[in-house]
Amino acid sequence: MKLAIIKYNAGNIQSVSFALERLGVDFSITDHPEEIRAADKVIFPGVGEASTTMRYLRDKKLDQVIISLKQPVLGICLGMQLMCRYSEENNTDCLGIFNETVKRFVPLGDMKVPHMGWNNLTLTNGWLDPAIENQYAYFVHSYYVPVNSTTMAITEYMHPFSAAIHQQNFYAVQFHPEKSAQTGNLVLKSFLTV
Amino acid sequence: MLTKRIIPCLDIKDGRTVKGVNFIDIRDAGDPVELASLYAQQGADELVFLDISATDEQRKTFATLVKDIARHINIPFTVGGGISSVADVGPLLEAGADKVSVNSAAVRNPQLIDELSKAFGAQCIVLAIDARKIDNSWTVHTHGGKNPTDKKLFTWAKEGQERGAGEILFTSMDHDGTKNGFALDPLHKLHDLLNIPVIASGGAGIMGHFIDAFILGKADAALAASIFHFGEIKIPDLKLFLQQNGINTRIAK
Repeated sequence: MKLAIIKYNAGNIQSVSFALERLGVDFSITDHPEEIRAADKVIFPGVGEASTTMRYLRDKKLDQVIISLKQPVLGICLGMQLMCRYSEENNTDCLGIFNETVKRFVPLGDMKVPHMGWNNLTLTNGWLDPAIENQYAYFVHSYYVPVNSTTMAITEYMHPFSAAIHQQNFYAVQFHPEKSAQTGNLVLKSFLTV
Repeated sequence: MLTKRIIPCLDIKDGRTVKGVNFIDIRDAGDPVELASLYAQQGADELVFLDISATDEQRKTFATLVKDIARHINIPFTVGGGISSVADVGPLLEAGADKVSVNSAAVRNPQLIDELSKAFGAQCIVLAIDARKIDNSWTVHTHGGKNPTDKKLFTWAKEGQERGAGEILFTSMDHDGTKNGFALDPLHKLHDLLNIPVIASGGAGIMGHFIDAFILGKADAALAASIFHFGEIKIPDLKLFLQQNGINTRIAK
């Protein structure tokens, strides 16, 4: 199996590639449309700000490449948010793969924004290994995807939100599997076997 | 539910851990990667690596080390020590570090916090503050706590947040090394004052001190060094103890 990590200005590419290295996966980091299209699986990482990143993807025409992919694609953190229709982060039109609006956490009492640290996952159904149920994953984000019909795992911070979503060949997680210890490995393995 | 974080801190000099480390279950306690891997396996939630190298030459080793750490451990980590510009930070984050901490350079040049936050995002900028009570006032110190400044803990922490720091790492020099517990009053005050997470540091001696830091000090995370390095408190035991005392914590499977 050949996996492609989409190369762009995302902050966590190195960490994602190390995680795959530890799992013994053969991968390349690339922004060549042909190489991305030819991969068996694709990872769309992401750490950064939505509008800048969308502009970068459009300039490189990677937005069109991503939405046209037919193989399994895993979005991580900002990657997940950009797969949605629209983000409140600087009012950004995103890729529109998931018909959802990405919302900002509004600070509430003692609850701080960003939501940062380890939080547990409640699986609804779908592609994630059942062993992940109620395990902890590492989150860092100020924006979230509300619970919707594509939600595969729920986490609570102020209110429930989507920790994982899935629709057709598109999979995505809000947390960082590359930094989520054993739980993260299980998530990546779940994606590698879908 | 979001958990409270336990953070071992490793001091690094010339690519090696320096603070006395006494571990029977690892081969080379001076190897930061091996020690870090052990902590990750034991359930540490994050790690902090502080480069205390004196020279630029030694610091070059640090960037290589950061990449080696990222290659081997699968939990988030912060690196700090001698960071004074945007140019210092890029290579560390690209190497796989999740956050950087700034201390003396930010006191000297507060604008640095704005620049780093704008360039890399608030979530990866930790403002480390070393403070000691002088004449009933928490006074910020720089250079590993050697030099007193005219800054005060609470106003500096608040300014740091406003300038774009994503987290405050507060070390009480009055408590550091005493093993008598964390500085609970200023921690609680920081919690009330700020809306970014606060990491408690300095004074951990027994497991109960962590409970105090979380409940009375309202800290989001607690950091310690020697008690972990010398095995006086083992992370799995600590996590279990926290859980038994009603603190939300991540128990590694």
